Parts: sequence; C-alpha cells; structure tokens
Amino acid sequence: MSMDRRTLLKGLAVAGAGAVAPVEASEKYAEAPDDAVGMLYDATKCIGCQACVTACKTANNMPGNRYNPPEDLSGDTKNIIRLYEEADETSYMKSQCMHCVDPGCCNACMIGAFKKREYGIVTWDPDRCIGCRYCQVACPYNIPKFQWNTGVPLIVKCELCNHIIHDPDTGTLREGALPGCCQACPKEAVIFGKYTDLIEDAKQRIADRPERYWGPDGEPKIFGLTDGGGTQVLYLADLNFEKLGLPTLGDEGTAKQAREIQHGIYRGFIAPVALYGVLGLVMWRNSRAAKKEEG
Amino acid sequence: MAGHSHAQPVGGPLNKKFVTFMVIFLGLWVAVLAYRFIFGIGVVSGLTDYYPWGVWIAFDVVTGTALACGGYAIAILCYILNKGKYHPLVRPALLTSALGYSMAGLAIVIDVGRWWGVWRIPLGGFPDMGNYNWDSALLEVALCVMAYIGVLWIELGPAFLEKWESTSKSSALVGFAKAGLKFYDKALVWIIAMGVLLPTMHQSSLGTLMLLGGQKLHGLWYTPWIPLLFLISCVGMGYAVVVWESSLSSSLFKREREDSMLISLSGAMVVVTSLYLVLRFGDLIISGKVPLMFNSGWLSVVFWAEIGLFAVPLWMLASKQRRSHFPVMLRASILLMLAGSMYRFDTYITAYQPAPGQTYFPSFLEIFITAGVIALEISMYYFIVKRYPILGGVPAEASAQ
Repeated sequence: MSMDRRTLLKGLAVAGAGAVAPVEASEKYAEAPDDAVGMLYDATKCIGCQACVTACKTANNMPGNRYNPPEDLSGDTKNIIRLYEEADETSYMKSQCMHCVDPGCCNACMIGAFKKREYGIVTWDPDRCIGCRYCQVACPYNIPKFQWNTGVPLIVKCELCNHIIHDPDTGTLREGALPGCCQACPKEAVIFGKYTDLIEDAKQRIADRPERYWGPDGEPKIFGLTDGGGTQVLYLADLNFEKLGLPTLGDEGTAKQAREIQHGIYRGFIAPVALYGVLGLVMWRNSRAAKKEEG
Repeated sequence: MAGHSHAQPVGGPLNKKFVTFMVIFLGLWVAVLAYRFIFGIGVVSGLTDYYPWGVWIAFDVVTGTALACGGYAIAILCYILNKGKYHPLVRPALLTSALGYSMAGLAIVIDVGRWWGVWRIPLGGFPDMGNYNWDSALLEVALCVMAYIGVLWIELGPAFLEKWESTSKSSALVGFAKAGLKFYDKALVWIIAMGVLLPTMHQSSLGTLMLLGGQKLHGLWYTPWIPLLFLISCVGMGYAVVVWESSLSSSLFKREREDSMLISLSGAMVVVTSLYLVLRFGDLIISGKVPLMFNSGWLSVVFWAEIGLFAVPLWMLASKQRRSHFPVMLRASILLMLAGSMYRFDTYITAYQPAPGQTYFPSFLEIFITAGVIALEISMYYFIVKRYPILGGVPAEASAQ
C-alpha cells in the first residue's frame, strides 16, 4: 500500500513538473507575418464624419448608416467612431478589430473558426463556430460581437474587408483595393497598408510633429507596436489611449501565459497518459489484494 | 470490486404531488427553451457582448460540474488510496456526478448560439476534419466533459445491470446483464482510472479558461496557479456534496445514515481545504498582490467573504471533537460547497470586469432556465434511486428494530 502511494505521488510529480517547465509553443506568435497588412488610425486627423461607419456597413452588407449612428460595435456594426469629451479634452476614436499579432480569439477558438490567415488578417468561419463566445472572453479589446436576438446567430467583427482586398483565387492582394473604411475616409485619418510601412509612417509623423501626439512621460506612443504582443492596427492620438477606451496591456500577448500553462500540462500528452497508467496500476493492485483477502 | 453491492432500490410508488409539480414546472421550462431556441439568447437572458458568459456557464457548467465531483473525490479515496470502507458511498456519489455532468452538457447546448454544430467539436470540424486547436483550454474541457459523461454512466452501469439481472422477465436482457457484469468485473478498474483522470484534466482546465480573460480578470483571481486552485477546490466540494447528499437522501428516503464514515470523510476535507488556502494566499503573497486584498474596493470585500467561506468550515472541522458531531459536520460541508461555488462565480462573473461601466445581472428567464435544469436533475435522481440499486440498502426502521 505505501508502495502504491509512492508510485502515485511520483506520477503526480511528473504531471506537476510538466506544468512549470518552460515551453516553446509560443514562438509562432512572436511577430507579425512578413507579408502582414494593417491599418493606421490617427485620431488627430479624424473629423468624426462617420463616412467610414457607413462605408463599413456597405462593404459588409450590414443594416444602418451614419444618420442613425450605432453607439457601440454590435451584431450588425463592425466599425464605429466615438467622441471622447471631458473638460477641454476632445478626441474622436475609431474601434474595430485590432488584428492582433497573437490573437486571444484564435487561441480560444476550439476548432479554428477564428484564424489568423494570409497577411495576418484574423477572420471568422461560420462553419466551424458553435457560438460558445469564448472569443468574446478572450479578446482584450472586446471586439467580437454576437447576434443575441436571433435563433441562428453569427459572430461579427471586422475582417479587414478580407473579401474585398484579398483575391482567394490567386492568394494575392487585389491591386488598389482598400477596406471600406480606409477608402471612405476623406482625411486619411485611417489608412491601409503594409504593416512595416505603417510603422514607418507612424514614426515619421511623430518625428515631424512630436508635440501633436500623446505618450507616457511626453514620449509619443504608437499604440499597437508592442501592446498585448502587438496589433496590426496601429493608433496615434493626442490623448491617453486609456481615456479613448483602449486597455493597458503588457508587451506579451494575453494568450501567451494561458497557452504556456495549457501546453506545459499537456505537452506530448505525456502527463495524462502517465497519470492514467499509474492510476490504473494502483487500482488493479488494490483490487487484486482485495480478492486475495476474500480468498 | 464490481461484485454485487449492498445497494437496493428505495422502491414504493412515486410521490404524486412531486411528480405533478415537476411535470408542470418542466413543461413551462420546455416552453421557455423553445422561445430561446427560436428567438435567440438575448430575449431570455441578461447576457451582453461584454458579459458573454453568465449563470448558465458559471453555475450550470463550472459550478455544477464541480459540485458533481463527488464521484471523482470518492473514487480517489476508495480506489486509489484504497480505503475500501467508503464503498457504500460510491454509487450515490456516481449517480449525482453522472446527472450533474449530463445536466452541464445540456446547459452547454442551451448556452451556445450555434448549438447545431456541437457534433463538429469531437471531429475537429466537418467536412474539413481534424483541425483541433490544442492551444484552447476550452477544447480540452469540451472533449473531456463529453468523454466523462459517457464514463460516468458506464461506471454506474452495474446498478442498472444488477436490477435487470434480478428482475427482468426478458431472458435476453438477463443474459446481457450477466455478460455485462462479468465484463465490469475485469474492466472496471480501467474505467474508474479514466473516471479519475478526466476530471483531473478538465476541472483544472476550467480554471485555465479564464486566464485568457487577461487584464479583464481582477488580479486577486488571475493567477497562473488557477488550474491547481480549481482542481483542489473541486475535490473539497466533491466530499462536501457527498456528506450533504447522504444526509439528505437518508432523511428523505428513511435510510440509515453512514455517520461514522461521513465524519471520517471530514478529515479529507480538512486536508484539501487547508491546501487550497495555503496555495491561494501563498500565490498572492509571492506575486506581491497583498495590497490588492485591501485596496480593491468592493472586490476586496468579495475576496474576504470568499476566503471566510473556506476558513470558517475549516475551523469547524479542524478539531476532531467538533467534527464528530454530525450536524456541525453537515453545516461545514454546506459552507464548503458555497465556498467553492463562490470562488467559481467570482472568477467567472464578479471579478471579471471587461470594460468600465459594464455590468451583468441574470434575467428572470435566465435563472428560470437554470432552475429547470436543476429540476430535471432532481426528478431523474428521484426516479433512479426509487427504481435502481443506488442507496445503501438498510431502511432506518429495519435496523432500529
């Protein structure tokens, strides 16, 4: 008996060791893909005309328009402009999917309805979704929305107008094609481009007019460069991003720690199989001993 | 081990009033469910895009399966640590586990928006199969829970086979039962081993799930140790439920209560609860979160209430003298069930703060749907213990004579 218990404890120790061991599984999300595309929104250029809101609805075939503006992202709104106003501070703010470098939704999704695909665009596939809404829990920006008032709901979020910009036959980007919002913007407050170009562009704007942009300790900040592991949609603004509704995140993807723990415990499925073997053996010995006693 | 147990059906006619009430209540429930399936989740619930998971997940699934860990907790004690004396507790515990998990499965189907695609999960999608996302703790929970529901009913199989073997008029069914019981005699240890492995996996993963909430989960609850805390607390809840359930069923069905056995179970509860509290505080101290215990506003209050719910029953059970008094032990067990439940509610709802200004409170119909799930579980428990050999066989009067 004491022997059996020791075997069991050893088995548990193996399982425990797996849980704390460092893990290599996270490397694949460390950086945006080489061909990544994205958007840059400069709040200081936005005039709040909401043309992008209407354009988004048209491009994605969703009801509503800027004359009846949506108050929040929802089951039929993938993009909104909101006004932040307090004391003498005002700013417009655009919300849509951030197309994270290490997306929480993709990490959460059981059988891959959410996928980070070509050009790093995060898309959703209705045929793989069961509507569990774990993506909504996992998104640090609360972007994926669910259609609450229908028996056959969809998950709705910006897919960077993948159906417009991306030619599925050739697998390449369509020449000159833009996401609805970027095409509609009269002020180039939101622009579409190659991820690396957008970063250069944002850095140039800061270099040209550093006084125009907010950052901690007066050092202008590009939101999304590292936040939450980085996002392919970048932001510039003249106010604290937190006031504009973006969360304060570390430099690692929020998915990273959860993934490391999950993979640590289940690496190679060794720990569960070992535990099963140990449990079975212990019980088998116990039952054999009991039978002997019964004679 | 699989040999014939001393369990016997309670027998007797079903209580008419109880059955009538349940039929009406569950009829209404089915109507509300139809409404939900036709018009969507929004019309019956208080769920929002910011709080996509409410009581259906936090209670029916996460708390419900933890409260259904009696079978798991007793199996560890009885079969792994080889304390055979607890054997009479196994079947009732397995029944509540099997029912609890089945109801959790039902609640998931009610909760998910695109429920008709649930069958795709074990296949890894369809027609494009095999795309399992092993990064997802939820996938592991889903597969484990599906498998465990099956394992629990298989573990409970002898109860049904024994009944058929002894009372069925069909010789084919008797033969099937005989062959089945023979099979169990050989295979049961490996089935039970599965029945211990699966909850170990998914009860911890139910904690891992909320790590993806990231900054949305308050620091007092967000910890890399969350899988371990969920696992340990579910074992404690499992023992507590066994105490509560035996006490309830012995008084309802007038069976002799296994007092001394239940009281010695409380030793296991003390161990598990102490371990939980040491880890919970140890983690908070090591990660420098002690100030959060006091400066998190009303969440600090919630935190201490939760800790108190663990600490008070631990204190009640700590002394051998106190815990050998059954009513004390029962009260402590109920507090422990509440403690584990509150820990889960806090992790999934109270301490989950997706964005400033967002709140969630369940709607009446949402709670009604949960009540219906519980009612269905109670009805099935009642029917099964009446007809099948689950509870210990000695009626209280008989032993008193």
